[in-house]
Amino acid sequence: MLNLAVEQALNGLQLGVMLFLLAAGLTLIFGIMGVINIAHGSLYMVGAFLTAYTVAKTGSFLLALLAGLAGAAVAGMAMETLIMRRLYARDHLDQVLATFGVSLCMNEIFSLLFGQRPLYVSIPPLLDGSIEVVPGVPYPIYRLAIVAVGLMVALGLYLLISHTRIGMLVRAGSTHRDMVRALGVDIRSLYTAVFGLGALLAGLAGLMAGPVYTVQVGMGEQILILTFVVVVIGGLGSIRGAFLAAMVVGLVDTALRAVVPPWLKTFMEASAADALGGGLSSLGVYLLMALVLLVKPRGLLPAHG
Amino acid sequence: MDETPASLRWIGLALLALLLALPSLATLAGDPAWVSLATRMLIYALAAVSLDIILGYGGLACFGHAAFYGIGGYTVAILYRHWQTSEPLFGVIPGSTQFLVVIPAAMLAGGVLAAAIGALSLRTAGVQFLMITLAFAQMLFFLFSSLSQYGGNDGMTVRRRNEFPGLDLRDDTVFYYLVLAILLAALFVAHRLVGSRFGRVLGGIRQNERRMAAIGVQSYRYKLAAFVIAGMGGALAGALMVNQARFVSPDMLFWTKSGEMMIMVILGGAGTLIGPVIGAITLTGLEDLLGRIPGWGEHKLFAIGLLLVLVVLFGRGGLYGWLRRRLR
Amino acid sequence: MTLARSVLGAVFALGAIGAAQAQAPVKIGFVSTLSGPAGYLGQDIRDAFQLAMEREGGKLGGVPIQLIVEDDGLKPGQGKQIVDRFLKTERIKIVTGVVFSNVAVSIVPDVVDAGGLYLSPNAGPSNLAGKECHKNYFVYSWQNDALHESAGELANKLGFKTAFALAANYQAGKDAVAGFKRLFKGAIVEEIYTKMDQTDFAAEMARIRAAKPDVVYQFHPGGIGIAFLKQYHQAGLMGTIPMVGAEPTLDIATLNAVGEIALGLNIGAKWNADFDNAESRDFVAAFQKRYNRTPSVYAGQGWDTAQALAAALKVVGGDDVNKLAAELRKADFKSIRGGFKFGQNQHPVQDWYHVQPVKNADGTLALKTVSKILSGHGDSFAKDCKL
Repeated sequence: MLNLAVEQALNGLQLGVMLFLLAAGLTLIFGIMGVINIAHGSLYMVGAFLTAYTVAKTGSFLLALLAGLAGAAVAGMAMETLIMRRLYARDHLDQVLATFGVSLCMNEIFSLLFGQRPLYVSIPPLLDGSIEVVPGVPYPIYRLAIVAVGLMVALGLYLLISHTRIGMLVRAGSTHRDMVRALGVDIRSLYTAVFGLGALLAGLAGLMAGPVYTVQVGMGEQILILTFVVVVIGGLGSIRGAFLAAMVVGLVDTALRAVVPPWLKTFMEASAADALGGGLSSLGVYLLMALVLLVKPRGLLPAHG
Repeated sequence: MDETPASLRWIGLALLALLLALPSLATLAGDPAWVSLATRMLIYALAAVSLDIILGYGGLACFGHAAFYGIGGYTVAILYRHWQTSEPLFGVIPGSTQFLVVIPAAMLAGGVLAAAIGALSLRTAGVQFLMITLAFAQMLFFLFSSLSQYGGNDGMTVRRRNEFPGLDLRDDTVFYYLVLAILLAALFVAHRLVGSRFGRVLGGIRQNERRMAAIGVQSYRYKLAAFVIAGMGGALAGALMVNQARFVSPDMLFWTKSGEMMIMVILGGAGTLIGPVIGAITLTGLEDLLGRIPGWGEHKLFAIGLLLVLVVLFGRGGLYGWLRRRLR
Repeated sequence: MTLARSVLGAVFALGAIGAAQAQAPVKIGFVSTLSGPAGYLGQDIRDAFQLAMEREGGKLGGVPIQLIVEDDGLKPGQGKQIVDRFLKTERIKIVTGVVFSNVAVSIVPDVVDAGGLYLSPNAGPSNLAGKECHKNYFVYSWQNDALHESAGELANKLGFKTAFALAANYQAGKDAVAGFKRLFKGAIVEEIYTKMDQTDFAAEMARIRAAKPDVVYQFHPGGIGIAFLKQYHQAGLMGTIPMVGAEPTLDIATLNAVGEIALGLNIGAKWNADFDNAESRDFVAAFQKRYNRTPSVYAGQGWDTAQALAAALKVVGGDDVNKLAAELRKADFKSIRGGFKFGQNQHPVQDWYHVQPVKNADGTLALKTVSKILSGHGDSFAKDCKL
């Protein structure tokens, strides 16, 4: 029982980390540019596809890692210069629709380029296999690596934003746009850079997801909405909030999925119990978001004041 | 609302004449499936118009209209299922296949749901409102996906349409005219609504909520009322769609359905009544046409996505706005 | 008036297309899942079907064919709309193509009730196989339960006494577990139905490890199955708890996407690309040449469906539904399975084999037939069918 709990806690943590990587980019972009980006899931897909493709072609994980990260960042910056830039002054509705359109286009472009058959992606041999975290609980090394990378990125982002000049500009850019401009900062390239960073993080999440999940067109949409939930629960624009919310959502989601269906099965037929249990546990996260918003409309840790 | 150019009125009338003559044209062309396509267009138009009441007129970015659309659809299907098994719903509500019972029930369900969701969601604004409405719709999506007795993920077939005294709704043409009549009635009601004091207050709230509050308007109540009206409209559309398709599934509640309806409104022109109708007809027609291109049909979403980006970037006021500028 | 004119223009233009096609070749409506993550399943069926037509120069059984392909997007509602148009506008009498059982369940009644023929190249849901069977409904793949009964029998043959069953929670998933349990003689320690959109199975892996079964049986078609296999391997279960499944659990696309970790899986299959008969060798070579990939089981079913239809068209010479149905019922065609027979309910009665993934000398992966597990196996619903 305890073993199961430890394993599920690790699973929750790993989901949380993945959500954080996606949410960090999204919330950063929202906090600074005020843009909602539905196409963020596409950047996750770009990272996963380019990595899988490069590994298959070259056999080098390092090259693949670079290709995935660079590809996502470049795609993000292109998206910013071509489309997003025109949307900063618009209302959120326009942003949602335009970026929704972008994500539809990206999906079709990828299915034309790579076909619809899922891509093969291997795990670096170093990270293959599992180790016992506590006696009797073997846990995949790869998932532990995801957790480690995610936590390091979180720390890195914290340092970047609170301790560097770029971070200062980023913090100031969201609240005092004119002030930053008055200081002679090229706000346009700052925005492009921030978008690139957000895209890079999404690409990182995507490339790490490749070996665990399925690398196929549309993979981004499955996790996108959950990411939005994280961003909103955490407080739009708040990286700290996104981290807290990602962990909470990851753990709550995993815990519900581990607890609800078995409990329902004690008095229901298996297929009906799993259907209901699965639905109720997915629903739980949205319920959590609704509750948080009703108590704290600006999220758990709002970005500014 | 500013003056409508005369030529635009003529186009409106021509469109109406076309819609009235459509079943005959379809017969002439030997293509009866046009009637069901047109029926779907009109039903989506109804959904889009109802969404526009909150989205365009109320200025509230609601990303969960599929909740109402879906609840309307499921009301029809669930009442049908209980009529079929003669087992009352919750042990008290008998099933029914009577159009005049089922449709009001669907609208009631939509209205009650909208009152509940609205009462909570309207405490937030902006992006939070967008997200919380999305959250509620997703909750319903997962709830209905998980109800095995109502088909779960697979959805369920409604073997026949509701019955209307004196009309044979199994006939696609009769059903089409009924939907057209309902849409026209809804447009009339919506027209009266937006022109009334209620509509003007709603517009005032959209433009400056604080000023309205200062003159003693309780904006929350107005917004909630608009939300409930929109919810009832959405449920009506969903109920008609299940009658048309004779099938219901959780797809009706999925967030992409909400997105599609928003696209229709923005594509046609938000904050107008005719815009969403144009948007719904265009999008539904386009999807149908593109889907038939041999070899490329499965990539139709590329064209839709591109159109969406272009309309948002360059088409201020949507297709209707563009038409008005062209014709002025 | 430009808008009105163009709308009218479009109406008449499309009407004209419809009219021009009226005297044209026999039309076949092909509705399948071509887009989205599961799109490749439908593409395989379509590609094989079209290959059969190409080899005859656009004909089947000497009859010119116009194949109208449309995508259901794995949405039953969309499938219904397409079929509605097929039947009414295109006046199509022969429909085929559907991959997923939930789509099939919603469209097959529409087709046969309207007097059309439906030839299933994949889905064989239980609720259309028994009492609801229809003289115009033919299945060329398997009855869903029978498919998974092969996995149950395979588990018996391999000597497993306890099994843990998992399947995606939809019509075919429930049929699958029911089928597995029907022939498996051991005990089911636990059964789990996963969500259709689930990507992470860590929670399930933990439960499997805790339950310590002799064998895991699982059915997750397409992309979700790939994620399942990867995570099963990463959780360290692949080496410790063996896995059985049926054809869709590990098709050639899944195998290529998961790679070597699938080695050791045991699959129940009715056909495999290494079958040693003239039809199969011919089909595999032609498909390889045309599309540059090994045909999957889905492609094989698409091919057999086309061959069966070709044989019937050859006799009838047009799309007379009653005559075609009578011919199709005879199932007198050359199947890549080396023989083909229908049961009472017009679902296949066929042999099932044990298939395993292997590594070729050149490092590529393939599926290899090991032994026969069931002979002349029909399904348990045929007896309820009064045809």
